[in-house]
Amino acid sequence: MKNPKDQDTKRAFTRRSLLLGAGQLGLVGALGARLYYLQVVEADRYRTLSEENQFNLELLPPTRGLILDRHGILVASNEDNFRVDLVPEQTSDVRGTINALRQVVHVDDWDVKRVLKEISRKRSFVPVTVVENLTREDISRVAVNAPYLPGIRIEEGRSRVYPYGSRAVNITGYVAAVSDTELTGDPVLELPDFRIGKSGIEKLYDKEMRGSAGRRQVEVNALGRIIRKLPGDEGQPGKNVHLTLDMNLQTFAHERLERGSSERVPVADIRVQEALARSGVPKRYLENDDGTVFLDKGGNIVQGESGAAIVMDVHTGEILTIASTPGFDPNNFNKGLSARDWENLLSNPRHPLTNKAIAGTYPPGSTFKMIVALAALEAGVIGPETEVYCNGHTDLGNARFHCWKRWGHGKMDVMDALEQSCDVYFYEAAKRVGIDRISEMARRFGLGETLEIELPGERNGLIPTREWKLAVRGERWQKGETLITGIGQGFVLVTPLQLAVMTARLVNGGYAVKPSLIQRQASDAPVPKMNVSRGNLAYVLEGMRRVVNGAHGSARSAKIPESGFQVGGKTGTAQVRRITKAERATGVIQNEDLPWRERDHGLFVGYAPADAPRYAVAVVLEHGGGSKYAVPIARDILARAMTADGFEASEAEPVEILPQGQPDTDQG
Amino acid sequence: MATGMQSNSLNPPELTLGIKLQQINWGLILLLTLIASVGFAMLYSAANGSWTPWAMRQAIRFGVGLVITLGIALVDLRFLMRWAYAFYFLSLGLLGVVEIAGEIGMGAQRWIDLGVFRLQPSELMKLALVLALARYFHRQTFEEVGRIRSLFVPLVLVFAPAILVLRQPDLGTAGMIILGGGAIFFLAGVRIWKFVTVLVLGLSAIPIGWQFLHNYQKNRILTFLNPENDPLGAGYHILQSKIALGSGGLFGKGFLQGSQSHLNFLPEKQTDFIFTMLAEELGLAGALFLLLLYVLALGYGFAIALRCSSQFGRLLALGTTTTLFLYMFINIAMVMGLIPVVGVPLPLISYGGTAMLTAMIGFGLIINCYVHRDIEIGRQGFEDED
Repeated sequence: MKNPKDQDTKRAFTRRSLLLGAGQLGLVGALGARLYYLQVVEADRYRTLSEENQFNLELLPPTRGLILDRHGILVASNEDNFRVDLVPEQTSDVRGTINALRQVVHVDDWDVKRVLKEISRKRSFVPVTVVENLTREDISRVAVNAPYLPGIRIEEGRSRVYPYGSRAVNITGYVAAVSDTELTGDPVLELPDFRIGKSGIEKLYDKEMRGSAGRRQVEVNALGRIIRKLPGDEGQPGKNVHLTLDMNLQTFAHERLERGSSERVPVADIRVQEALARSGVPKRYLENDDGTVFLDKGGNIVQGESGAAIVMDVHTGEILTIASTPGFDPNNFNKGLSARDWENLLSNPRHPLTNKAIAGTYPPGSTFKMIVALAALEAGVIGPETEVYCNGHTDLGNARFHCWKRWGHGKMDVMDALEQSCDVYFYEAAKRVGIDRISEMARRFGLGETLEIELPGERNGLIPTREWKLAVRGERWQKGETLITGIGQGFVLVTPLQLAVMTARLVNGGYAVKPSLIQRQASDAPVPKMNVSRGNLAYVLEGMRRVVNGAHGSARSAKIPESGFQVGGKTGTAQVRRITKAERATGVIQNEDLPWRERDHGLFVGYAPADAPRYAVAVVLEHGGGSKYAVPIARDILARAMTADGFEASEAEPVEILPQGQPDTDQG
Repeated sequence: MATGMQSNSLNPPELTLGIKLQQINWGLILLLTLIASVGFAMLYSAANGSWTPWAMRQAIRFGVGLVITLGIALVDLRFLMRWAYAFYFLSLGLLGVVEIAGEIGMGAQRWIDLGVFRLQPSELMKLALVLALARYFHRQTFEEVGRIRSLFVPLVLVFAPAILVLRQPDLGTAGMIILGGGAIFFLAGVRIWKFVTVLVLGLSAIPIGWQFLHNYQKNRILTFLNPENDPLGAGYHILQSKIALGSGGLFGKGFLQGSQSHLNFLPEKQTDFIFTMLAEELGLAGALFLLLLYVLALGYGFAIALRCSSQFGRLLALGTTTTLFLYMFINIAMVMGLIPVVGVPLPLISYGGTAMLTAMIGFGLIINCYVHRDIEIGRQGFEDED
């Protein structure tokens, strides 16, 4: 019935439809294989890519640890810092919103321009900061007006605050924005407003105080808009640092040191106005950051002293005060210091950026004589009754070594020599004991090497030896140099901290205390003894007591009347320039008449109470004009330390917090 | 006319409506509903768990489409054959009008609004071409098909719409028209060596053709070959699609949980890239399940074609099946980065009226062939004239 030709087409169709079906199945199989490849073989790779698409890691900056003094007073803390952001997509009229905001808080024209420029460059949901560092009052005004400020968002940040400003900057250091070289790969460092410790405790304990950043995953869509915030790691706030400092004493010492022998007078005072008019120098160059100036006894405006002062517990090594002047305000670095201000800090001849207490090195002058005396006594080359006749000079070969007292002191034993700081006695003692034993004794007392105090930038100073001179200078040690070393001049260089530690080790019964600035939880291992004869130490201490209390003492002005305790100590004057023969003949020019850079350094090391020493003090006045200017400063600081000690004993007395900018009244 | 065939018990002269309804392949209808439902679920997910704006409208369209499917299934197959050329020229005319209007009018639409559907003549053309070719080859004997001159008319039938579509330029649709036409040539018995010759000539023409391509066209092809080279530009879509697919893994991220889709990394997730979204949320398991449903639905097409008594029915059923296969294959291969990005929807699943209408008419034609599987049709398309 059927057309056989139709049978041909049907057969061809059947055959070919099966071929086509097989082909289509093959293609479907290819799809399946491709699916398997993408979803099974390559799944991990694509899953990672998908998650990278989906999630952005958001870092939550940790709260930086606080710095507190021994009484828990804040030395560095964090302050809420308010800023106002604008989210362009949330307002129909960006300019209108900014104008409305300007009715409420001050916004610079410059800021408005910057904001408009940023908005044009960024995606419309990215917030743009309009104003920063707003007060709570400003912020509450913005918050109240929020309904009229579409797109405005109040954001809270944190900024570092140093309540004591320049008075503790050599300890706290400061924080500032992270520079490229400081990037370690820790992503928190790359946050735009993250701050890192740049000096002082902030630098040394940066890792500990930084804490660890919290991490939060933020789900974003293809445009980068945040869809969802996922719970994450909250991070760890930084650890607090508890200092051994007594901020009351620190503040007092800093201000006392800076004032020197001048008087701190408010700018408004009539005498200041007169002095300003006379000097013709603009006020801003002379004014201190607390609105005062220093007036000397002649009524002239002078700069604050440059120097260092340290108070140390002689038994524990705890540092109660470590002042370095002039300072600078670390708060300025947080907001961003102008290039000009930074340049001024760098070029200031009084080096405010240097922590002179640990990084300033000075010839110790006569404060070194205790070391020489002890070295000689311990070596047995002198005894307590050994007497040397001082006629004003010693000759060695054809060189003549002068005593500071031109006509000589006459007969001196070791205690007389310390009391009156007789140079001829110590030339003799040094000659007898030799440089090797002097250097050895100096090192035992902490000179010539770092003391590992918890501050960056500590320097070694220099205690010369024969080997040192041969290695560094390529010359043999000269005997004359031993004599010069005997009075703390020549090559010897020490830091104020080393002087304080030396004094503490002298007066605490011969224990090698180490200075510490950080409060220790448990008491450390017992302080090692130094194996110095107690008897010999007693002779030296008696000499030091007589420096202040003796009839001929060189620091009789260090006495604290009616205090019920005695002060001991030793003066030192370090020559900065050589005194020429011509000058010696015509009479030495008064230090006060020299330019500042050429004046002598003034030093004093002391302790109190003399019968049961508790605190050691060291004061160095850079180009201060001699020890007589350092003595009253040291006395006032010691008196204050002893009074504070009384406070400490009675707990009823509240600890006063000194806000920055209000100088304590000087009772010295 | 002779009536011998009509008296044959296997070929009742007229099928009553009741019988036709019984003959309708309800299993296939169920399969289609299942596939479309997968689509509703994915559109529900694409809208972040909402029936609006897509899933509900798509469901309504499917309902309307089902009526059209059944309507077409019940039309007499011989009627379809008689009107095959008319459909073809109507479609070609519409295509020409829309193409010309699109060329001269500013922003003129390439579709005709039918209320529920927006009809693109180029979509209609794919089916009309199958009808026309099926009719042409129906009356050719195997020997006649073997002659070269008998290929002239069908080649014109294929290339007239293909060239019109190419002018848009819509490479994807043109390709589908040519491939769909080619499949019918093949099924009708055009000799294999002719296909091989065309293929060899085509391949050797590629280096020459490359010279005539515009730079942007070259770039598009290069980007397809290596999308990672241009991750933010033209390669972005396909790269994101592959990330979405791959990150789905074996069992997917879960319904409504596709991060790539829901965070808009995936483009066109409700239309051309809906398969990607399914594979991201339901994984390899879900994707293979959908492929299986398609294979079953298309398998019906093959089975029906093989059961047809008439060459017209066979060619119509399998030509339509192949066209629908091409839709599915091109779409899925595209989202997996196997072929360049061309705008071809996934039948029954992608959101869109024309795509749904084309698929539903197509399956209507296939079911029609089943309903009328035993009708013998003469070489001229009227009663048998043997």
